Amino acid sequence: MYNGSKIIAGLIIFVALATFPFLYNIGKVNAKPELKIDTPVIEQLKEKECVESEEFMKAKHMQLLNRWRDMAVRDGERVYVNSKGEKYEISLQNTCLKCHSNKKEFCDKCHNYMSVKTHCWDCHLTSEEKQKT
Amino acid sequence: MEFLLYIRVIRIFVKFVFNVLENMETNRRQFLKIFGISTLSGLGSIPAIWAFTQHSALSTQHFGKRWAMVVDIKKFKTEDDYKKCIDACHSVHNVPDFGNPKDEVKWIWKMPYKNTFPEQEDDYISGEMKNMPFTVLCNHCKNPPCVRVCPTKATFKRADGIVAMDYHRCIGCRFCMAACPYGSRSFNFRDPRPFIKEKNSEYPTRAKGVVEKCNFCEERLSKGLQPACVEACKDNKALIFGDLNDPDSEVRKVLETNYTIRRKPELGTQPGVYYIVGAKEDV
Repeated sequence: MYNGSKIIAGLIIFVALATFPFLYNIGKVNAKPELKIDTPVIEQLKEKECVESEEFMKAKHMQLLNRWRDMAVRDGERVYVNSKGEKYEISLQNTCLKCHSNKKEFCDKCHNYMSVKTHCWDCHLTSEEKQKT
Repeated sequence: MEFLLYIRVIRIFVKFVFNVLENMETNRRQFLKIFGISTLSGLGSIPAIWAFTQHSALSTQHFGKRWAMVVDIKKFKTEDDYKKCIDACHSVHNVPDFGNPKDEVKWIWKMPYKNTFPEQEDDYISGEMKNMPFTVLCNHCKNPPCVRVCPTKATFKRADGIVAMDYHRCIGCRFCMAACPYGSRSFNFRDPRPFIKEKNSEYPTRAKGVVEKCNFCEERLSKGLQPACVEACKDNKALIFGDLNDPDSEVRKVLETNYTIRRKPELGTQPGVYYIVGAKEDV
């Protein structure tokens, strides 16, 4: 094999570089994001439940938000009736954020962890933005 | 069309009968009998055909609401009368003020007579009208050109006649701005957030790269409120808002008792904003 030592050295460097991210993170605890739901409004609720059950919201809040968007914007329907028959005003800014006023401790925690980028806050005012005015 | 088709079918049938009769070598009398009976039965079914065509799919139906506004322009007397309507709208909807006309974003604004009604630029018109700025906004047309050109259906006509914007879908192509004959649409060339003086926390802002315009305050209508501009000048009733499909509504009464004009009616867009230009001063 011509230039065997160089090739083997090169291969070793390549393998080291390619596996570096995995080796570097070995043994480190990959902490699950802990969401905070201790906002003043939620604290005052008797029954701490969102518009739907926790499992539903965890798994399907994106679908629900898309449905809310289409209902409010395109159909002009602004009342949501949940699975229990309770009525809620359809509004990200006025209904969701009324309770979840801690976007950084709530939305961002998971979205950053999962590297999910949303465009919601380009237009909708977060509680931090609201307080600025 | 259906009627003509029907006549054609009858004619073919008659021809067929005629041929059959000829082959049977029957006389003329018998032929006329059959012809007469088949014609009568054919005529008898006309009302049924009429019912199916005229009164179902083809006729225009009137149900639901059709929101419209009447601008009583002579009631705008001072600069302040215009300003309070415009400010009410722009502050409620987080409309930015960039401070330069090139980037300007506007939902309701004032415009000189010659630009508002360019087709009516007669040589001799009342000097008062000629020099008066008109309050203009999106006309919420019955036949909106902006909706026709939008490639993503981001702008669409609701059942109640409001031409709405879905900012989630707008890709910023600005076809609608080119299509709108009234200049009612504005583009966000820059991020509008830093240019909003006081944000209304209950209404979103827009992002850079979308087109925006008046929404007839649909978010207020859904709560049973009048549009912000109408409420701002309710003391002199310079703007009147209501449902055109309701014969007892205030707009209908105002439209029946006043002569009104609309902007660029020759384009066939059927605007929903009417202007009273010749009202008496005494009110």
